[in-house]
Amino acid sequence: MKVVVDFDLCESNAVCMGIAPEVFEVRDDDMLYVLDEHPDAALHDRVREAVSRCPKQAISLED
Amino acid sequence: MSEPKQIVIVGASLAGLQAAQTLRRASFEGSIVLIGDEPHFPYDRPPLSKQFLAGAWEEEKLRLRAAVNPSELGLDWMLGVAATGLDLDLRTVALGDGRTVTYDGLILACGAHARSLADHPPGVFTLRGLDDARALRSALDTGPARVCVIGAGFIGAEVAATARERGLDVTMIEAAAAPLVRVLDAGAGLAIAELHRRHGVDVRLGVGVNEVQAGADGRVERVLLADGSAVEADVVVVGIGVVPNTGWLEGSGVSIDNGVVCDSTCLAAPNVVACGDVARWNNPRYGRLTRVEQWDNAVDQGAYVARRLLEEGGVDPEPFAPVPWFWSDQYDRKIQLAGVTGPNAEVVNGSLDEQRFVQLYADDSGRFVGALAWNRPRQAIQARQLLEQEAGLDEARAALGG
Repeated sequence: MKVVVDFDLCESNAVCMGIAPEVFEVRDDDMLYVLDEHPDAALHDRVREAVSRCPKQAISLED
Repeated sequence: MSEPKQIVIVGASLAGLQAAQTLRRASFEGSIVLIGDEPHFPYDRPPLSKQFLAGAWEEEKLRLRAAVNPSELGLDWMLGVAATGLDLDLRTVALGDGRTVTYDGLILACGAHARSLADHPPGVFTLRGLDDARALRSALDTGPARVCVIGAGFIGAEVAATARERGLDVTMIEAAAAPLVRVLDAGAGLAIAELHRRHGVDVRLGVGVNEVQAGADGRVERVLLADGSAVEADVVVVGIGVVPNTGWLEGSGVSIDNGVVCDSTCLAAPNVVACGDVARWNNPRYGRLTRVEQWDNAVDQGAYVARRLLEEGGVDPEPFAPVPWFWSDQYDRKIQLAGVTGPNAEVVNGSLDEQRFVQLYADDSGRFVGALAWNRPRQAIQARQLLEQEAGLDEARAALGG
């Protein structure tokens, strides 16, 4: 699994960080940082949830 | 329920699609029928009042991710056809084209429709679906001299902001004393009014609308207000709330009262669950029937009811007890509320003047119940987690203060 963020769509709502803080972090500059582009299998369910719940539909997954 | 073979979802928007996706993720291999009264594949509604109305996005960009490849989830799509009746005994849904669909499990995700004025001339719009947005966008494309927005809720305030950013002359009228009174406290609502005024919107608060009048050409010309004044307008947008789509369920045996009334697990009848804007369930966190017209709730509840339906007859399911959360984008401001407002409000980070702040809410007993964040997205999500953990006010101050 590879995590891809479309930064043209992302507005740093930080929903993803709430669901999977190991993978997503919104810092003080209000920018989203992907901490782990290839998260472990144990995190996949939460990453998928973050994809679903991103209000800007800005996150996608590649195989 | 023992191994349902066919699950029918009425409503092909965010909540319904999320339910379908969750069923497949939970390895449900039976058939899923997704019924939608609009002819369009599921699309995202929040951009309709923003990027789409602004002309920055085209329609392809609105499609919800899970529907970009419509064959991916193996759904039986029935689009452009309305559900017209439900028979709980026979477990069938009747459709507008005369067909009938049988279900083992039924998910009601049929949403709501925009309230409008009883009688109005051409040039008056509501905004709920893609067709509404197309029509309003076309009207704004003609460069109307004056736009009048009736109602300063989310839709009204966002349309006013977008129209203003398109350089149009905008008046926004609200019968209540402040914008967004249904979800925000008056102080925050007035800050929204101020935001619009700074951007040049003529905001009229505490005054109702008596009549929308047509000119000699039969099209809308002016809006008459209860205080005797008049607002000239070429385009009028009405944003005065929505009505749940429950007409087709009347007499079915499902309890209807400002939505589909459900228990705390979103169950409306045997093997029937409801989610999204149409569902009114007892959220145990607040101990009252709640109907939530918010994007995140549609996703969360759609996923919840799908799992709930598959577990029917098994262990007692956990109730659906989310902390609500919404956002609204107006101009360059991102406004988010986690939880609910309360009578006691305090700013703990930034200030209203800067238009960048966090405001905490406590109820009468001093319990932390919600947080409002203006251009503080990270704090909004933190606040939501604190509320889920039932953190105290001191803890919230320490975590969210600046």
